[in-house]
Amino acid sequence: MSARYDRAITVFSPDGHLFQVEYAQEAVKKGSTAVGIRGKDIVVLGVEKKSVAKLQEERTVRKICVLDEHVCMAFAGLTADARIVINRARVECQSHRLTVEDPVTVEYITRYIATLKQRYTQSNGRRPFGISALIVGFDYDGTPRLYQTDPSGTYHAWKANAIGRSAKTVREFLEKNYTEEAIAGDNEAIKLAIKALLEVVQSGGKNIELAIIRRNQPLKILEASEIETLVAEIEKEKEEEAEKKKQKKSS
Amino acid sequence: MALLDVCGISDWLKEDGFNAKAASVDKVNHFSFAARTPEFAVPVGVDPAKFLKPLTDNEDGVNGVKLELEHGTTTLAFKFQHGVMVAVDSRASAGSYISSQTCKKVIEINPYLLGTMSGSAADCMYWERVLAKECRIYKLRNKERISVSAASKLLANMMVGYRGMGLSMGSMICGWDKKGPGLYYVDDNAVRLSANMFSTGSGNCYAYGVMDSGYRYDLSVPEAYDLAQRAVFHATHRDAYSGGTVNIYHMQEKGWIKVSHENVEELYHRFAAEKK
Repeated sequence: MSARYDRAITVFSPDGHLFQVEYAQEAVKKGSTAVGIRGKDIVVLGVEKKSVAKLQEERTVRKICVLDEHVCMAFAGLTADARIVINRARVECQSHRLTVEDPVTVEYITRYIATLKQRYTQSNGRRPFGISALIVGFDYDGTPRLYQTDPSGTYHAWKANAIGRSAKTVREFLEKNYTEEAIAGDNEAIKLAIKALLEVVQSGGKNIELAIIRRNQPLKILEASEIETLVAEIEKEKEEEAEKKKQKKSS
Repeated sequence: MALLDVCGISDWLKEDGFNAKAASVDKVNHFSFAARTPEFAVPVGVDPAKFLKPLTDNEDGVNGVKLELEHGTTTLAFKFQHGVMVAVDSRASAGSYISSQTCKKVIEINPYLLGTMSGSAADCMYWERVLAKECRIYKLRNKERISVSAASKLLANMMVGYRGMGLSMGSMICGWDKKGPGLYYVDDNAVRLSANMFSTGSGNCYAYGVMDSGYRYDLSVPEAYDLAQRAVFHATHRDAYSGGTVNIYHMQEKGWIKVSHENVEELYHRFAAEKK
């Protein structure tokens, strides 16, 4: 039955599905994992770096993009679609600054991106954007925010979320481990993001790219060496945990 | 065409009558605070600016007919330590005919925003009501009140689309927002200025004289009421196109209040009695 209703984007199926939008969500599930965490004074974005070919310049593959000084986003899905969305979002951020003389709030730019995506699900001759985005940043009153959008054009605020391949695993990990003490400090929040990604990426810190925004500071992309240091710390903590458990058992 | 739409170019193409109907997907819409509001579209083939220019700029106009677009009124506003004072007269004139002595020249956009009007009554009333509509929509969409700078920017952008086409509006947008008291002057040339004191209209020079001689940032509230009232009164006394009643508003942190509306005749007798 779905074969007759999945061609045109503007056609509902008899049981109320927009198949093209659902297929777009499948495309997102094929993309590399991205995780976002909202701390108290910091927001963290982490993405799984796909291994690059030998001759490819690593620096040209960037999945975390700045939308404005205080907002950035990571995406999962079709990179080319993301480029268009990011371009439009950047222009809208500046247009808002020009007209309203205030920087965008994270909710505003998320709403703009979500509206853009929704418009492409309701017109002929176009297909939906095949990306989900995690948008993080600080509003001008200092509140940290994390939002997620999907190809259907809906958006929600989250404390922590993951998108892309193995998003379910990562989200379950976060649900178990996102506690007040886990995000008590900036370092803790960063380590939580790395721990979440380590659940699903192969071969550890080399395949992780991490970016942070602290309140009133621009986006910072962590160097590979910094990530390695944090991964080493996490390994040590894990070992100490295991040791403690063993001692408890034996005593 | 889909490619043109994705690049956003068809928005520009439709200006010169080209029939590229911009797909609704990419049309400039409410998020972009479009310079040209969709209320008025100048019809294709008509160029109001070219039509108007010889009538206003040439020495003898066209066939001896010259249009002088003056702003016949007196309005003023100034910021001081306790907020913003707004004072206006209430005379509407059509040439040398006084069409109304009880005209409302302050539009109450919301409890924290006021707009004054000088110039063509029709233009002011229309565009400031459009501004009020935009402010209400902004509040519904963004769940917070629009800032004074954004509201004045919206009005200025509306004016930009009709530059040279003969609009006549000199307005002051006053309000209190997160950044504190705000006062902006916006006019039909899309000039938008922020300062502590403005006066517009044909009587503005008289009002400036009185205001400048009595203004201090640290005025008390009764002193500020008195200064605003005197400034407009003296302007109505000397300017033929200003008169009627002096309406005074005070913009405070918790919103504006209407202070007084006194007929200039009574003010004349009161000030005359003071001199004795």
